Amino acid sequence: MTSGDNNRMAERTLRGKTAIAGIGETTYYKHGQSPDSEFKLALMAIVKACEDAGISPHDIDGFASYGNDRSDGPRLAAALGIKELRFSNMFWGGGGGGVCGAVGNASAAVATGMADCVVAFRSLAQGQYARYGRSGAAAAVAGDDAFLFPYGVMSPAQRFAMKVTRFMHETGIRQEALRAISLACYHHAQNNPNAVMRGRTLDEAKYDASRWIIEPFFHLYDCCQENDGAAAVIVIPAERAKDSRHKATYLLACGQGCDHRSAAPVHNMPNYPSSHFRQIAPRLYDMAKLKPADMGIVQCYENFTGGVLMSLVEHDLVKAEQANEFLTPENLIAPNGKMPLNTSGGNLAECYMHGLELVIEAVRQIRGTAINQVKKNDAAIIIGGPMVTPVSSIILGSEATL
Amino acid sequence: MSETYLPNGLPTPSSGPDGLAAPYWEGTRLDLLRIQKCGGCGVWQWGPEWICHRCHSFDLSWHEIKGTGRIYSYQRPHHPVHTALSGHGPYIAVLIELPDYGNIRMVGNLLGDPKQTVTIGAPVEAVFEPHDKADPPFTLVHWRTV
Repeated sequence: MTSGDNNRMAERTLRGKTAIAGIGETTYYKHGQSPDSEFKLALMAIVKACEDAGISPHDIDGFASYGNDRSDGPRLAAALGIKELRFSNMFWGGGGGGVCGAVGNASAAVATGMADCVVAFRSLAQGQYARYGRSGAAAAVAGDDAFLFPYGVMSPAQRFAMKVTRFMHETGIRQEALRAISLACYHHAQNNPNAVMRGRTLDEAKYDASRWIIEPFFHLYDCCQENDGAAAVIVIPAERAKDSRHKATYLLACGQGCDHRSAAPVHNMPNYPSSHFRQIAPRLYDMAKLKPADMGIVQCYENFTGGVLMSLVEHDLVKAEQANEFLTPENLIAPNGKMPLNTSGGNLAECYMHGLELVIEAVRQIRGTAINQVKKNDAAIIIGGPMVTPVSSIILGSEATL
Repeated sequence: MSETYLPNGLPTPSSGPDGLAAPYWEGTRLDLLRIQKCGGCGVWQWGPEWICHRCHSFDLSWHEIKGTGRIYSYQRPHHPVHTALSGHGPYIAVLIELPDYGNIRMVGNLLGDPKQTVTIGAPVEAVFEPHDKADPPFTLVHWRTV
């Protein structure tokens, strides 16, 4: 730090102030197959995370979620017998753009003393409520939708496809790069007992032969699943993590929001072919005091593989001009790949838990307890919900990174 | 080709309770394309908004524009996400850039063979597609290459 401004900024940071002390996941199901209700799934994930952290659910004093989660904090607090609810927070925006933002918001509450033990969670049973991949639109639509839905631009894939088309046009990156992302996720899921796609292998021929959801870049295997499940992480002050039963995992940085006017109506954002991390990513690395090359673990939200590609480029994990060469299954698969990606299978092949499964996998990697364990496991980047607005990403690290 | 590019039964456009987009949809009924221009700084702005993002003037007025542009991006959806599209087959949605109006962009369908090769940068012109039998009637704006 050289300037006074930078010194002041350095004091206003989340770096190293909080830790993820517990992780919990339900069984993950194909949509419609959960025997338990969505709210019960939320409770089960939270209780599991508390068990993992070695705390009582009575010690929770805050909830943070995203994606308009239906399991609201006050109801959870009542069901769990929370003594005092001190933080109850929802991150704006649909989809998984808020997954890392929820962890960051929980950390901000804990770091500033608003709360001591905050759960960041997501519960989602698409089989019990609306599926994202089917339009439940009303007969008449207003606002942005009026300029899109009558032209058959309705589903998340359709809202994002033209970003990917344009990005590929401008950069010359080929379908094979997207295929490598998908193959890596499916490969990692095969060892994971909780992965919905375990036992369903994917190879190049199967990917190439799969049906088009949308031409020119969305094969079936470029698109996430629709699932039922819940997941939760427990955020506590860093000093308490030292007494934890697990190797501590610290939050080093959170970035959230979106690029200049990226929510401009009817696809008029100035930076169109984008995952919307261009302005967020440099701030993220600044707060973490780490560089892209330091990230041994990369967990990047796959709504669609095109969003992963743009996110990796905008976080400077891959240069656009090197993407065709670098993005191969060999480079993306643990333990020997140069940049292991989505090591539990991610949204494509573990579960579309709106990205919270990616956060949990990063914690397992840092602890050294992952199924597809990577060797360089001190720093992890998790990227949430590319192409929606707002988006978010975090960097987690072991004690060695502090 | 049937009367309309996509089958009937898809959601229809509404100006909404606040009426913000009403001048646009009233214009398309007259085969006119209208967008907002800021009375404060002259910037073209699309879609409809209450304030100019550049100078914060609330003086936004609607202007008739030429329906000419070029293809900025496109997609060819195959998977039907709405019951009205079941069994219909692929169609093309395009994002059109209008260089004469500050490169604002509009979304529509590209008329013609749904399997045609789409070229980014190709010049296009607007085509009005009335839905007179709908209640209330409305008119969509599509594009075709020129």
